[in-house]
Amino acid sequence: MASIRFESVRKVFGKVVAADDVTLEIKDGEFMVLLGPSGCGKTTLLRCLAGLERVDGGRVFIGEREVTDLAPRDRKIAMVFQSYAVFPHLTVFDNIAFGLKMQDRPRDEIKRRVAESARLLELADFLERYPAQLSGGQRQRVAVARAIVMQAAVLLMDEPLSNLDALLRLQMRAELKRLHQEIKATTIYVTHDQVEALSLGDRIAVMQNGRIVQCDAPMQLYDFPANKFVGGFIGTPPMNFLPGVVRVSDAKPVAVVGEAQIAPSAAFAPALALKNGQPILLGIRPENLVLTSSPQPNTIRARVLVVEPLGSHKLLTVQVGAEIAKVSVTPDERVAPNDDVWLRFDPEKIRWMDASTGETIR
Amino acid sequence: MRFKLESALPFGLLFPSVAFLALLILAPIGQAFLLAFQTETGEFALAAFQRMASDTAFNEAVRNTFLLLLTIVPLQIVLALAMALLIHARLRGQTLFLYVFAIPMAISDLAAGLVWLSIFTERGYLNSILQSLGWIQQPLLLLSYQNPQGIFAAVVVAESWRATAIVMVILVAGLQMIPRDFFEAAELFGAGTLKRTWYVVLPLLRPSLQTALIIRTLFAFQTFAVVFALAGRTLPVLAGEAYTWYYSNRNPAVAAAMAFLILLLSLLATVVYLRVLQVREEERAR
Ligand SMILES: Nc1ncnc2c1ncn2[C@@H]1O[C@H](COP(=O)(O)OP(=O)(O)OP(=O)(O)O)[C@@H](O)[C@H]1O
Ligand SMILES: [Mg+2]
Repeated sequence: MASIRFESVRKVFGKVVAADDVTLEIKDGEFMVLLGPSGCGKTTLLRCLAGLERVDGGRVFIGEREVTDLAPRDRKIAMVFQSYAVFPHLTVFDNIAFGLKMQDRPRDEIKRRVAESARLLELADFLERYPAQLSGGQRQRVAVARAIVMQAAVLLMDEPLSNLDALLRLQMRAELKRLHQEIKATTIYVTHDQVEALSLGDRIAVMQNGRIVQCDAPMQLYDFPANKFVGGFIGTPPMNFLPGVVRVSDAKPVAVVGEAQIAPSAAFAPALALKNGQPILLGIRPENLVLTSSPQPNTIRARVLVVEPLGSHKLLTVQVGAEIAKVSVTPDERVAPNDDVWLRFDPEKIRWMDASTGETIR
Repeated sequence: MRFKLESALPFGLLFPSVAFLALLILAPIGQAFLLAFQTETGEFALAAFQRMASDTAFNEAVRNTFLLLLTIVPLQIVLALAMALLIHARLRGQTLFLYVFAIPMAISDLAAGLVWLSIFTERGYLNSILQSLGWIQQPLLLLSYQNPQGIFAAVVVAESWRATAIVMVILVAGLQMIPRDFFEAAELFGAGTLKRTWYVVLPLLRPSLQTALIIRTLFAFQTFAVVFALAGRTLPVLAGEAYTWYYSNRNPAVAAAMAFLILLLSLLATVVYLRVLQVREEERAR
């Protein structure tokens, strides 16, 4: 059993609060992705779990065992460092074998397991080389191989594929996923790549300023962002946000956005009805906007600024009142810059957010 | 104009140190060379070297110098490494450690010799303390000529005290150049303090160890003042013999020959260290 539990973990560097009261539970065998902007505390959280950073408050558990004050090597964790930390004085083979050697494993077992990991990460041809003789991406793969060869119950990976080319990354992503299904190590995986996060994670935890703002299954996170930050961070391009004001007449709320009136779906109507006269944000993903050429109910007038054909779809940049929004349409949609169009909102797909706090209204 | 200035700049910057070296090091070496190899009539001969080697104290001086070197240098490296690792461990009060460890560096070698003389001598601090504790009746004659092992041990202690700090400073600087990640990775992958030191710290510290060994060995060939203060000529060493030839025997030629021998041994040791502890290009961190 190697579930992981952070209980109100806090880590402060001078004035920077790198982990601010983080509480997170990761189930045995789960693949948890940490996602968040640079400097939000992802690496710090991993280091607190690995014991490389002493927490300033709170407790850390692996399984049922509290590890808060345990030395790193007693935590039975394998980790891919963001900086790789591949030993320059050891060959690729000795780097990958390092952890096994420290455990005094038999020689042929070490050989077999190193060969296996090296094959997986396509390093078999480089085993005799020194890290300085490798490219950045190859060195990064050595760091990954060194961690996975341990078959530890807990595997931490800090942006392990960040330095690989697109094709290799795609391939390694699939390998890591297969490996995880095989070994079932409880994994925390830090990445900036949303596709990686969505494809690998059983759940994704989104961090901001040292806090976890939302932790959910990928599609849940995508469809129901907890606040404006998550909606604006997840998705390429991210969610559009249009400001409006709630107006209630005959107990029926509508959002007035510019000249248009958008009615909420039945599920959100009661919540919105309580906010008469208050400003509100209307969040919608680019693929949930539909172009029409004439005004209809629940539509907004917009002007097309840019058309970007992207193969599988066309990405439009449009101006709605004073706001800029992105719209994703099918490749055969006939549209050109400076066209006037109407955007139709699917009420089911609109996420309503409090304009002052950015929190999603549920 | 600009181009000219830029290409001249490196030479300009090098000039002061080159001039310094030429004036204070190269010129004396040249002079010593002439002194050692030239007879009074101006011919070149090895007479001075023959005279040097035939002296009764010569073999003993060579032996003692090497014995001291082989005892002190490893001892100092181990001590300095332990001190450096202690400081690097970032325990509380590490700066205090650093200052305390570094104090001997500020003391000249003759002064250090005299300090230890006042400790080890017949009525010195050591004997007073042992006597007041009632552990001994008669004072120990540590530095008596009948007790060469005692003298040797006293010199080893004094020399280690005096010159370990410089080794430590070099190693601390070396440790600080190594990214912490490497130590963290080693620890995370299960290496305890000993294994971490052996498999990661020492190999990565090799360039600094090399520097420290070279400096220490060169110093060891020149060991003189501490020995002189503690033992006089009871424990002859090479540098001490050079001094004796010059001042007591008034024979600058043999003194210069002696100095030349020391220079030769130093060069040899340096080459050996550079070879043995070589860090190959591909093993360097990039
Ligand atoms: N050793 C340290 N000393 C001082 N501040 C630190 C230290 N380590 C991290 N920080 C600060 O803590 C915050 C979180 O850093 P962390 O490395 O965890 O970010 P991150 O989410 O991993 O970012 P990135 O995606 O860029 O790797 C940052 O503001 C950083 O400047
Ligand atoms: Mg990071």
